Amino acid sequence: MSQSEQSCFHCGLPVPTGSHFSVNIFDQEQPMCCPGCQAVAQAIVDNGLQAFYEHRTERNALSRSLIPDELAKLELYDKPQLQKSFVHEQGGTIKQASLILEGIVCAACVWLSERHVMQLPGVLEFQVNYSTHRAQVKWDDSQIKLSQILKAISDIGYIAHPLDPNRQEQVFKKERAAAIRRLAIAGFGAMQVMMLAVALYAGEAHGMDDHIKLFIRWVSLLITTPVLLFAARPFFTAAWRDLRLRSLGMDVPVALAIGAAYLASLWATVMQHGEVYFDSVTMFTFFLLVGRFLEMTARQRAGRAAEELVKLLPVMATRLENGQATLVTVADLVVGDRVLVKPGESIPADGTVTDGSSSVDESLLTGESFPVRKSPGEQVVAGSVNNESPLQITVKHVGQDTTLAAIQRLLERAQTEKPQLARLADRVAGYFVFAILIIAVLVGGYWTQVDPGNAFWVVIAVLVVTCPCALSLATPTALTAATGQLTKEGMLTTRGHALETLARANHFIFDKTGTLTEGKLKLANVITFAEFDEQYCLNLAAALEQQSEHPIAKVLQQSANKDQTFAPQQIQNQPGMGMQAVINDQRYAIGSSAFISAQLGAAFEDIVQDDYQVVLADSARVIAAFRFEDRLRTDASSAIQKLLQVGMKVSLLSGDRQTEVNRIAAQLGIVHAVGGLTPAGKLQELQEIQQQGDVVAMVGDGINDAPVLSQAQVSIAMGEGTQIAQASADMILLSNDLRHLAHSVETARRMRRIIKQNLLWALMYNAVALPLAAMGWVAPWMAAIGMSSSSLIVVLNAIRLTRAPHNRDHAVAQKMKVLTSEVVN
Amino acid sequence: MSILYLLIPLGLVLLGVAIWAFMWAVRTGQFEDLEGPAHRILMDDDEDKTKTKAKDPLPREDK
Repeated sequence: MSQSEQSCFHCGLPVPTGSHFSVNIFDQEQPMCCPGCQAVAQAIVDNGLQAFYEHRTERNALSRSLIPDELAKLELYDKPQLQKSFVHEQGGTIKQASLILEGIVCAACVWLSERHVMQLPGVLEFQVNYSTHRAQVKWDDSQIKLSQILKAISDIGYIAHPLDPNRQEQVFKKERAAAIRRLAIAGFGAMQVMMLAVALYAGEAHGMDDHIKLFIRWVSLLITTPVLLFAARPFFTAAWRDLRLRSLGMDVPVALAIGAAYLASLWATVMQHGEVYFDSVTMFTFFLLVGRFLEMTARQRAGRAAEELVKLLPVMATRLENGQATLVTVADLVVGDRVLVKPGESIPADGTVTDGSSSVDESLLTGESFPVRKSPGEQVVAGSVNNESPLQITVKHVGQDTTLAAIQRLLERAQTEKPQLARLADRVAGYFVFAILIIAVLVGGYWTQVDPGNAFWVVIAVLVVTCPCALSLATPTALTAATGQLTKEGMLTTRGHALETLARANHFIFDKTGTLTEGKLKLANVITFAEFDEQYCLNLAAALEQQSEHPIAKVLQQSANKDQTFAPQQIQNQPGMGMQAVINDQRYAIGSSAFISAQLGAAFEDIVQDDYQVVLADSARVIAAFRFEDRLRTDASSAIQKLLQVGMKVSLLSGDRQTEVNRIAAQLGIVHAVGGLTPAGKLQELQEIQQQGDVVAMVGDGINDAPVLSQAQVSIAMGEGTQIAQASADMILLSNDLRHLAHSVETARRMRRIIKQNLLWALMYNAVALPLAAMGWVAPWMAAIGMSSSSLIVVLNAIRLTRAPHNRDHAVAQKMKVLTSEVVN
Repeated sequence: MSILYLLIPLGLVLLGVAIWAFMWAVRTGQFEDLEGPAHRILMDDDEDKTKTKAKDPLPREDK
């Protein structure tokens, strides 16, 4: 056995040749692959945990023995080879990485983990993105290791690991299966207990044998116990974490209410004295779990969309060495390598074309659906797809230094920096709980003086009756219902705050290409300056362009008349400018005005208007000019009208020329339209609008829109748009039907109204019930019914949101029309 | 009313069976994709139809 095949005693990875790490374990020097493994193994031995190595082959051993193993895994993340794929070096010892966090259940968790990690010396930045459960961490490698950060995170009850797309998929799966199991236990339990509770309530009214009553209570207890211990566990662990870190989130009151109600019921059942609240416990748990489950589903969907970007990169690449082609992993590519990219393959790294010429599809990055021509000397971007012929590329940037990775980092940061309105609601709930606890203590104190025998039940009644169930269900149920309804209609909400903000929005900003228009060029107009007619000019133009891959060339070729063909000779392509060729002994040129004017020199006068993009000329004069335009979406006009009807201001910000933008704005009835904007210009324009106090909803689709989408209070990406725009957006218009925008606004506003009603109801209920309970006038069973019904009313009120909206019939009719037309054809 | 002593435990047994079935479904991945199957059932049919549809118009034009 050669030295290189030896595997590390600790982690099992092969030991690199020439390395000399080892640790004395079981009185024998054991080989180690790296300083990381060596350190862990040494620490384990030093701490007298050597037995760990005896037990670790048996994975079913005590979970305690897994802890060092987990630590060892964390330590692996310090290995430079492994870090290459997820750590970004920022110069010196400063490093940056993306992490996935497991166990994040609420906005407060984000705050907690951020604060905890930021306290560590050497951590420069730590920001958690709630919607994706990812964190951006920046640290000084000379002061703290990534593993220490990961360990610190696990100390506070979260599991963190560096971003690796395949692993995230597993995390999602695990999270989802656990959530469904909890839902099932809570749901089945709630149904059974509710049924038994009806019997108990009926017994209360009509009389019931004591032994039957006792039996039913015991059965209820039997069913409720797994619901509490298994299904409701996330609430308890989250509440415990909150308490340990001294903050009051929404989970604390929830856990308190469930726990107190359960314990009181348990006491009442065992002592055969007092009332039981098993129905409230199970029902409340089930409702909250449903809300959390739907939230999780939406979040995972958004997370996957963002992850698509990572998957753009191929795993393997063909490296050329001395004329030999070898397959290597993309991670092994270094700057300066020459790689071969065959047609149909994705480009593995940023680089320069050294040989070959082909068209490259960069649509996933730019949203530009037309392939871009690349010839030697030009730059290509990792993640784009080679369309036509083989390209040889010299690698300029790899891994985290590529444009793709940079965009992703920008995007994740933009998402993280969104205001998290949810935290406010949590803080309010925190104060509320605090107040309730004080009141309960005061009431308890008073009643122990006056009537000690009854004091316990009065306090329980106070706690149960004021359980902030209705309060804590008020917002999530309405959000869930509205989100679910909108998703059904093709509008996916990926961030919790999106609907709330959309309800407040008063200004819609549109991007033009691909949003209001179809993003496909059409020939709009031809003017001729010579004796030839339009069709002849088109045929001539098509002949000149026949070898070009340019999108405009394609449109011209489609417009040509097949009856008349020319045989162009000596075709010359000047990329980005135009084409030249000789037809029937006459030299012709076609291209931009600048190109033609350079060809003709003094003979070219500014006879062609600005918005005619392509000019055709022979050697002496201009023959014709062509204007192309992007056609409006059929639904754009009615969508804008509807938005104006619901009281929105509408603006158009575009990178296109002002004349073109004005034309579209006039067609749609948009007053404020600005063209010729760079992405930075768009951002500035948007900020100016925001400074006037407007709440902005931005609709866009391309990568150039990503920063603007992030800056707007609420952002909507088109379902046909780029993944990156979708990942940075709060909502995704999957249906691509612009008319759904106004409808979504209406739904969001209805949702806000219902949340207000719910909150008002919950507060009123508490305001009335609390004094009554404190006075001892509320029997605990009344408190239970009161609490259940106040929650139910909130839920039912929220369900109103899922009722079919008035214009639903229209959508159905249209769908039928499409279906029938398909069948007929 | 002593029949309740039989019926309620019976209900509990059924509850146990229901939960077991549900857990089995989760374990075997029945809940991993809640949307896909709903679409798949439609797509399969469509594929067949489009194939036959593509053939249909030709004979008609011949007439």
